[in-house]
Amino acid sequence: MENNGKQPRIGVYICHCGFNIAGTIDVNAVCEYAKTLPHVALARTYKYMCSDPGQEMIIADIAEHHLNRIVVAACSPNLHEATFRGALQRAGLNPYFFQMVNIREHASWVHDDRAAATAKAKDQVRAAVARVQFHKPLERKRFNVEQSVLVVGGGIAGITAALEIANSGKHVYLVEREPSIGGHMAKYDKTFPTLDCAACILTPKMSEVREHPNITLWTYSEVQEVSGHVGKFHVKVRRKPRFIDEDLCVGCMECVSACVYKEPKFEDEFNEGLGKRKPIFMPFPQAVPPVVTIDPETCLKFKTGKCKSPCATVCDRKAVNFDQTERIEEIEVGAVIIATGFKAFDATRLPLYGYGIYSNVYTSLEVERLVNSSGPTAGDIVCRDGRKPKAIGIIHCVGSRDKKTNRWCSRVCCMYSLKLAHLLREHTGADVYQFYIDMRCPGKGYDEFYERLLDEGIQMIRGRAAEVTDWTMTPEEEGKLVIRVEDTLSAYVRRVPVDMVVLSVGMEPAEGADEVRRMFNISCSKEGFFLEKHPKLAPVETATAGVFIAGCCQGPKDIPDTVAQAGAAAAHAVALLDKGYVEIEPNTAYINPDHCSGCKSCIPLCPYHAIVFDDGLKKARIDEALCLGCGTCVASCPSGSIIQNLFEDEQIFSEIDEVLSNV
Amino acid sequence: MPEKPKIAFYWCASCGGCEESVVDLAESILDVVAAVDIVFWPVAMDFKVKDVEAMPDKSILATMINGAIRTSEQEEIAHLLRRKSQYIIAYGSCAHLGGVPALANQFSREHILEYVYRKAPSVTNPAGTVPQPNWKDDGHQVTLPEFRHVVRALDQVIDVDYYLPGCAPSPKLLAAAVQALLKGELPPKGSVLAPDVALCDECPRKESKPTEVSFAEFKRPHEVIADPNLCFLAQGLICMGPATRSGCGAACITGNMPCTGCYGPPSRIKDQGAKILSSLSANVAAEDEKEIERILSGIPDPVGTFYRYGLARSLLRRRVDLKGNS
Repeated sequence: MENNGKQPRIGVYICHCGFNIAGTIDVNAVCEYAKTLPHVALARTYKYMCSDPGQEMIIADIAEHHLNRIVVAACSPNLHEATFRGALQRAGLNPYFFQMVNIREHASWVHDDRAAATAKAKDQVRAAVARVQFHKPLERKRFNVEQSVLVVGGGIAGITAALEIANSGKHVYLVEREPSIGGHMAKYDKTFPTLDCAACILTPKMSEVREHPNITLWTYSEVQEVSGHVGKFHVKVRRKPRFIDEDLCVGCMECVSACVYKEPKFEDEFNEGLGKRKPIFMPFPQAVPPVVTIDPETCLKFKTGKCKSPCATVCDRKAVNFDQTERIEEIEVGAVIIATGFKAFDATRLPLYGYGIYSNVYTSLEVERLVNSSGPTAGDIVCRDGRKPKAIGIIHCVGSRDKKTNRWCSRVCCMYSLKLAHLLREHTGADVYQFYIDMRCPGKGYDEFYERLLDEGIQMIRGRAAEVTDWTMTPEEEGKLVIRVEDTLSAYVRRVPVDMVVLSVGMEPAEGADEVRRMFNISCSKEGFFLEKHPKLAPVETATAGVFIAGCCQGPKDIPDTVAQAGAAAAHAVALLDKGYVEIEPNTAYINPDHCSGCKSCIPLCPYHAIVFDDGLKKARIDEALCLGCGTCVASCPSGSIIQNLFEDEQIFSEIDEVLSNV
Repeated sequence: MPEKPKIAFYWCASCGGCEESVVDLAESILDVVAAVDIVFWPVAMDFKVKDVEAMPDKSILATMINGAIRTSEQEEIAHLLRRKSQYIIAYGSCAHLGGVPALANQFSREHILEYVYRKAPSVTNPAGTVPQPNWKDDGHQVTLPEFRHVVRALDQVIDVDYYLPGCAPSPKLLAAAVQALLKGELPPKGSVLAPDVALCDECPRKESKPTEVSFAEFKRPHEVIADPNLCFLAQGLICMGPATRSGCGAACITGNMPCTGCYGPPSRIKDQGAKILSSLSANVAAEDEKEIERILSGIPDPVGTFYRYGLARSLLRRRVDLKGNS
């Protein structure tokens, strides 16, 4: 017991938390009981221990009664451990001579038997009193924060976050997997409910990213490895070869014209496969960076080696470089914002809607490109079979609110379906039918937009569409696709013949989200979206300090919410950098070199790569700057040679012994 | 000539290997004999219990007791020797931790007697006779020690001063312990007289263990011909070394067999089996439950593997539904 040789003098404080605790637990009985425990010098109850008078009471008692250990029985340490540690510190006591007992979440809130809950609270207090005697004085450690931020993902979330941070004067590394930033938003035609042109509001921001002196933009690149901790993450970024020198290329497109393929021949990813591109291409005219990329999967030079490479010949800046190889960039950043977006639901998973079977069934994202004036048809709505649609059916909730696929609501489909209905009707004059389960339009101006669409004569049919079929029953259905649906408002089954079907696909976690999650050591919900630290009060933080999330990687959301979240994440990152240092809790682990046998069992287990094997001593060693105190190595050390501050064996076992001593 | 210090040896539930280890001192046993008087050693010398009873209390300097405690006789002699001795040394794995005999704590006394005397394939016992503590035969009262419900380590019966670990303890450790006794240079009471660091520290194969070990399957020694130079764990063979005290000179490893844990855990560990289990299972290379089950099926007898010597002194100790309290 490290207490300068003094006997422990423990003060125990029982919080009423209004009626939260006192309503179920006899706090006075717990208090009287605490007074009988060994080394307890005094015990008190108070209505709100966390209040200023509550804290002042502890501080005064420490001085007056020479207390050297404090136990507070109240709520979760997640809420107020720091509060009470602060009180100890102000009283001149080491803040870690403190143990918090959660008699609210662990007792009063989960029991209704007053006697039993009171008895349980006594057990908890007894255990804490036993444990706190073994607490040792500890100190928090400080580390400097690297003055730069990594933003992963260059969609509207990543772009917004990067610009906010860069504008505050901090450096940003923006890493994007695709050849251009812009993300999904760059593919959209208009945005709801204002019908702003998506490109008109997005592309200025993309250009700003490109020109910003504080932003290093790496497109066609992916984060490969992350180590370190808040304030100092070490990141390796893999830059895929695009076979074009980005610094030399000005995007004149001469090379594209010169390509041996006179006509574009390959599926154009940006246009959702509705158009064609050449092996050397720029995804879209406003791409950032405005440079071309060579796809080695389709380029003759790479496939056969026999191409004369007119692209290289024609480039007067000599930007084409077939020998370019993958590069690894290593950077150190103080904070990370993950904005890796979403993946649209794969409509072929629901064959009953005929996507991939009937050529005139489209996904909503395809239609975004189809109605776009720079899309594959220059905005002309022509179906794959060449016909101009006179009737169009839009099926909602494809891959959303569906136990067979995805249970969750994708939040944006109702609104974008209405938007597409408007645009399709505007472009074609066709009859547009909406097949919806519920119309979900909560948002500024959203319900008004719905009203407007009703006035525009869009047909609303409430019912989950059963199937899309080309099996016709009447002459008027001939040659059309028939949507079968139970119209639940009129209570009969309808067959609606249309020329074109639009599937409003939902949002899913992005491709590779799981690897991203593992790399940055964050959690995800069971759907696979990244988990925020608290659903209400910490929506952009994660369980890993210094790693923030924004946009659809956290869950489906629309552009305004995404932008707001990106701003919040940026503010968090800037605040962290501006503070300049991080303090690390002292509950870290260390290895006693006299005890370690060098068995290496712990080394692969550390999620933070904090354990190294010292080849000289032949023993393992923990870098305390990297240790976050998860305790994995401590529990698994087969020879008990790893010790964790605040979780030492005698502390834990004394606690267990006492909490069970009545059993 | 001053009287030589008195030393005693006794055996309880044990195999006799510990006694062998005393003899394994070879010629240095003569030095021991020259320095001390052996006053009680049933396996080698003819003494009776009444001889011990007649000795004054604390007249024996040290008694080495090997074997676990299973019967009333062992309990009785242990108490007697405790009274007569200044130091009691738990000698070998069984006295130290319960040892192999304590694996019987997985079964009830009735089950054991039933199996051993009636059901085992090698038994011929048409009358179904099972030993009884009291029996009248031809007018004579015959008694046998009572077979208790559980097997206990020595310190679960009497106060123990020191422990010499191992199955059996190495002669080197014994010689060192006797020297320490004679010189009066003893460590704090309760110490285990072996280094307090795990076996890997002195393992000749330590260098060969990769930093990132993960287990895709577990094999048992009879299923493979082990590489004589590579860490056993890296070969998928369970080695208790990381959770076991050193001091044996890595004897089994040198014989190309993995450590089975007989020296027990370092002082910092309450439960050797739980610790190695926690360490090994944390490094199982599996992504899903099925895969975990497949890999763990390579350990058909986890208690016998991880608690081979330590069950009585582990947190598990015994099956909970064994009747009575010994």
